[in-house]
Amino acid sequence: MFSSSLGKKYLMALSGIVLVGFVLVHMAGNLQVFAGQEQINSYAHSLQSLPWFVLWGSRLILLSAILIHAWTAYSLIMENKAARPNTNDIEITKRAGWSSLRMGLTGSIILAFVVFHLLHFTIRLIYPEYSEMMTTVGSPDEREIHDAFSMIISGFKNDFVSVFYIVAMFLLCRHLAHGFSSVFQSLGIRSESWRKKLDLLSVAYAWIIFAGFSIVPLSVMAQKYQIFESYDSTFFPPSMEEPTPKHSKK
Amino acid sequence: MKLTLKVWRQDGNDSDGRFENYELDGVSEDSSFLEMMDQLNEQLLSQGIEPVLFDHDCREGICGTCSLTINGYAHGPEDSTTTCQLHMRKFRDGETITIEPFRAKAFPVVRDLVVDRSAFDRITQAGGFITVRTGSAPDGNALPVAKSDSDKAMDAAACIGCGACVASCKNASAMLFTSAKAGHLNLLPQGQAEKDKRVLAMVSAMDEAGFGNCRNYGECSAACPKDISLDYIAKLNRDHAKAKIKKFFS
Repeated sequence: MFSSSLGKKYLMALSGIVLVGFVLVHMAGNLQVFAGQEQINSYAHSLQSLPWFVLWGSRLILLSAILIHAWTAYSLIMENKAARPNTNDIEITKRAGWSSLRMGLTGSIILAFVVFHLLHFTIRLIYPEYSEMMTTVGSPDEREIHDAFSMIISGFKNDFVSVFYIVAMFLLCRHLAHGFSSVFQSLGIRSESWRKKLDLLSVAYAWIIFAGFSIVPLSVMAQKYQIFESYDSTFFPPSMEEPTPKHSKK
Repeated sequence: MKLTLKVWRQDGNDSDGRFENYELDGVSEDSSFLEMMDQLNEQLLSQGIEPVLFDHDCREGICGTCSLTINGYAHGPEDSTTTCQLHMRKFRDGETITIEPFRAKAFPVVRDLVVDRSAFDRITQAGGFITVRTGSAPDGNALPVAKSDSDKAMDAAACIGCGACVASCKNASAMLFTSAKAGHLNLLPQGQAEKDKRVLAMVSAMDEAGFGNCRNYGECSAACPKDISLDYIAKLNRDHAKAKIKKFFS
């Protein structure tokens, strides 16, 4: 089924569409940080308290999608290099845009970002103290839960983390601009009349994803460097300015 | 016009190629690109130098025999034009023109600018036909064909099989050619009986020939002298997926 060159393109498209959907859901989750500590903490806790087969089932689907997407991309790129061993003395590009020509580069950096991101927030290896950030704010009962809100604020107070995050989201935006519309082309679900609409949808989707993800670190950085004169202290309460494990623990 | 021609010379597919510079004076602006090449060869012959080999036949833009990558463009910088229909008035006096063969692993160099495009013939032989009873011609109006279908089929059938799509593709993919050759038959009632078999066989022949994979850049369509649309690639992707699924469940 997937052995031919077109079969590999179907794998790219199908694994890609899973990831396209995932980033939208993840973005919607992140934006709840603006609804306050209680909202995002209880949302994060409800995700972690899903029945184990739902939680691990989704994680398995996402991990498979990433592995299939990355492995198929590598295999396609190697075949493509072999198919065109000699380059022209003058290499002309008439129509292809920046994003479409650099899917391998943007994809690799996004993959590196995803690994860093999982180590940072999910596995918490980079800052082990995140595991100590527990609170009862947003907990359905009186038991302590992970303080996702403080983890986000503290994470983005690090300039390196914020900049890497925003750069990765920009590359994701460029990756999606070509990738999302390519899904329809590779699976053959488009026609001349739909081409422009799908391309527009793809570009709009890419920028919405970029804006939705980047606004969180941008807001934290704006707060840190006092870029605006006034703040809504309910979003970034003063107690969150220097979140330390000790502070959050009390 | 006085021109400097930077021409690719190669003895055969196994030997290394190189560029040679030739000065050519007295070129008429009204001559075609191939007439200019004829003029160059006459000059080389008179100097006792082996003439430059290049493919040509009808010189009317309909046979698909001429090739050449001119200043990085397959068939030269003019849109919707074959090399034989390109005129020297499109170039400047004193210009250096780089002339290279169509580069792809599946198009081995025969000599100089001549490449072997028989991989295209093998794709067509695999399924680019319909099986019909020979003998007296059937009545022209016996099979009703919708105007929109016949228009689309004609647009795909306009493919002259020159290989500019492969030469302009960064991955030397033959998807535009294969999709046009499969598409014009798959759109018509006469092509329905063998549609699935045709698509599977043609894609296999394409893969076996060593062409690269489509990455939806659109460079092929931009270089195509007959302006074949990327929609035929989407249609091939769709028809191939349907054929694979039907085969899987049969």
